[in-house]
Amino acid sequence: MQDVRKALYVGSRSDGTLVQRPMSPHLQIYRRRLSMILSISNRITGVIATGGAALGIFWLNAAAKGEKSYTTASKVARNPLSRLVLFGWIVSVVYHTVGGIRHLIWDSGHRFDKEEVNKDGEVAVRVTVGVSVVLTALLCLVGRRRAKKRG
Amino acid sequence: MNAYEPHVDVMRSHLGRVRGLGVGHSGAEHWWGERASSVVLLPLSTWFVVQMFRLGGASRADVIKWGGKPINATLLIALIITTFYHARLGLQVIVDDYVHGHAYLPMRLLIKLGTFLLGLLGVISVVKLVIAHDSTK
Repeated sequence: MQDVRKALYVGSRSDGTLVQRPMSPHLQIYRRRLSMILSISNRITGVIATGGAALGIFWLNAAAKGEKSYTTASKVARNPLSRLVLFGWIVSVVYHTVGGIRHLIWDSGHRFDKEEVNKDGEVAVRVTVGVSVVLTALLCLVGRRRAKKRG
Repeated sequence: MNAYEPHVDVMRSHLGRVRGLGVGHSGAEHWWGERASSVVLLPLSTWFVVQMFRLGGASRADVIKWGGKPINATLLIALIITTFYHARLGLQVIVDDYVHGHAYLPMRLLIKLGTFLLGLLGVISVVKLVIAHDSTK
């Protein structure tokens, strides 16, 4: 069977003859806007957030499995590269949450005017950066302090 | 060469095609499932962010003590199930939009299986923490 979307591009005139429907211009035709980037970012961060959740499950699994695997997991988590991954995950989760709240607001029929969408987009970026940086810094600080206390 | 001649290869109406794929009956369910799970995730993930401050740098004994409490175990399992349910719905839409041809069906199945197994592993791990909690008493 051929691609369904391709088949759906074939319409019929009222006299019964077939006609191919027009296609809208592709992505690179349009001028780049913040709202486009934020829109696709919601999907990308959703995928990254899922990946991070999978890592969280592996951490939980290590804790459930035993002392040895938990020690290994903790060692991996303390690696600077892992801290970077943690930061990336937190940014993604925070942005996906902010984007999700915006979607819920849109679904209820509000903040959908051009000016409102542009204004909210900038706020979304600021909130994401602020919350992510503060959260990651605090988490790393608390974690390091607790680990040191235990020795 | 001739210009593209519009033609129909499949002798099936659009309505019949949509119904045959199942979308005609379950499109709204997917949409609502995504929204409802996102609303549930807001308080649950906020709770988990607070808990992360308890867990940062914690020993395994700390984690067991934390995860063994019925309230924590309940909220954690609720968070895991809702997260992977939401992830499955979201990833499904992404595959629907960007993956075509032979890769489509395997990807759809992979997402279903992957999110299911990860969620199950999470739930089993929490149950194991609860059991470990009781046996240390």
